[in-house]
Amino acid sequence: MTEALLEPALDLASLLLLSGGVFLGITGAVGVLRFPDFFTRLHAAGVTDTLSAGMILAALMLQAGLSLISVKLAFILLFLLYTSPVASHALARAAVHAGVKPVDAKPGESSSPS
Amino acid sequence: MLAAAAVGILVVMALALVRAFRGPSICDRILAVNMIGTKTVLLIAVYGFLSGRPDFLDIAITYALINFVGVIAALKFIERIAASPPPTRPEEL
Amino acid sequence: MLYFLLLFAALFGFWLLLSGYWANPLLLLLGLASSALAAWIGTRLEQSDTRGYSLRMLLRLPGYWVWLVGEIVKANLDVVRRVWRPHTYPISPVIGHLPLSQKTRLGKTIYANSITLTPGTVAIEVSDDAVMVHALSESAYADLAAGDMDRRVTWAEGRSG
Repeated sequence: MTEALLEPALDLASLLLLSGGVFLGITGAVGVLRFPDFFTRLHAAGVTDTLSAGMILAALMLQAGLSLISVKLAFILLFLLYTSPVASHALARAAVHAGVKPVDAKPGESSSPS
Repeated sequence: MLAAAAVGILVVMALALVRAFRGPSICDRILAVNMIGTKTVLLIAVYGFLSGRPDFLDIAITYALINFVGVIAALKFIERIAASPPPTRPEEL
Repeated sequence: MLYFLLLFAALFGFWLLLSGYWANPLLLLLGLASSALAAWIGTRLEQSDTRGYSLRMLLRLPGYWVWLVGEIVKANLDVVRRVWRPHTYPISPVIGHLPLSQKTRLGKTIYANSITLTPGTVAIEVSDDAVMVHALSESAYADLAAGDMDRRVTWAEGRSG
C-alpha cells in the first residue's frame, strides 16, 4: 500500500530535482556567456557548482534509495562543495595577480585600503 | 528522464565550451573548463544510472579529484608566470 | 596526536566507503596501512600548531552547515534572477574589504570558503584581519557586510565559549 504510493512520489520528486538542477545548470552557463567580465562570470559559475550539482545528485540519491550508492553520491556532493570554492577562490586570486581588471566595479566601504 | 537530464548537462557543457573558446582572458577559459569538469562528474554519475551500472560513481569520484587537482595546478602555473617577470607597466613607471 | 587520529579515522572511513570490500582481512590491513601512512604525511605537512582549535567545532559545524545551505539556496535564486531578467534585476559589481573576526586559520578558511560558496560573492584574498570580496550586486555585498555569516563562523569556531 505505502509502496505503491511511495514509488511515484519518489519518481516525481526526483524528476523535479533533476529538471531543477538542469535548469540551474543552463542558467549558470547562460550567465557565464552573458555577464560582462571575468569576476561576474565567476558568480554565474558558482550556481552550477553548488545548487545545480546538489539537486542532480539529490535526484540520483532518491533513485538509488538507502544504499552504498547513495553514500557515494553524498560523498561526491560533499567533495564538490569543498573543492568548488577553493577553485573559485584560486581563479579569482590568479586573475587579480595576472592583472585582470573587474569591469566598472564600485568600491565597497572598505575597512582597510589595499 | 535520466536521458533528458544527460542531454541537459551536455547543453550546459556546450555553452561553457563557447565561453572557453571566446575567452578573452586565460582565466575565463579555465573557469569554463572547470565548469565543464564539474558537469562531467555529474554526467558520469547520471550515465551510470542510465546504463544501470552504478560502479560508474567511482569513476565520477576519481574524475572530481583529478579535475580539482588539474585546475589548481594550472592556476598555480599562471600565477607563477604572472609573478615571475617584474611587472613593467608603462603607465606606472 | 589528536589531529593524527582524526585524520586517520577520516581517511580510513573514506577508504572503507570507496573499497566496498569489508570482509577481506588482507585488503583491510592494506587500507589501514595506507591510511596511517597518508595521515602521517598529513601531520608532517600541517606545520602550524593546532592548539588553537577546539573540539567543540566538530559539534557546532553541522548546525552552521544547515544554515549555510539555506543561504546558498537564497543566493542561488538571486543570481538566477539576475541572469534571466537583467533589466529588472541589473548587476552592480562591488569590490571591497570586509573585516573578519576568526582567530584560527581554519576559521578564516571556513569563512572565506563560505563566502565563495554562496553565489554572488567571492573571496579574492584573505589577510589576517580582512577579506577582499567581489560581489555581483550591492545587496549581496551589503548582506555580507552586515556580518551575520562572520559571527556564525566565529561561533562555530568555538573558542572560549
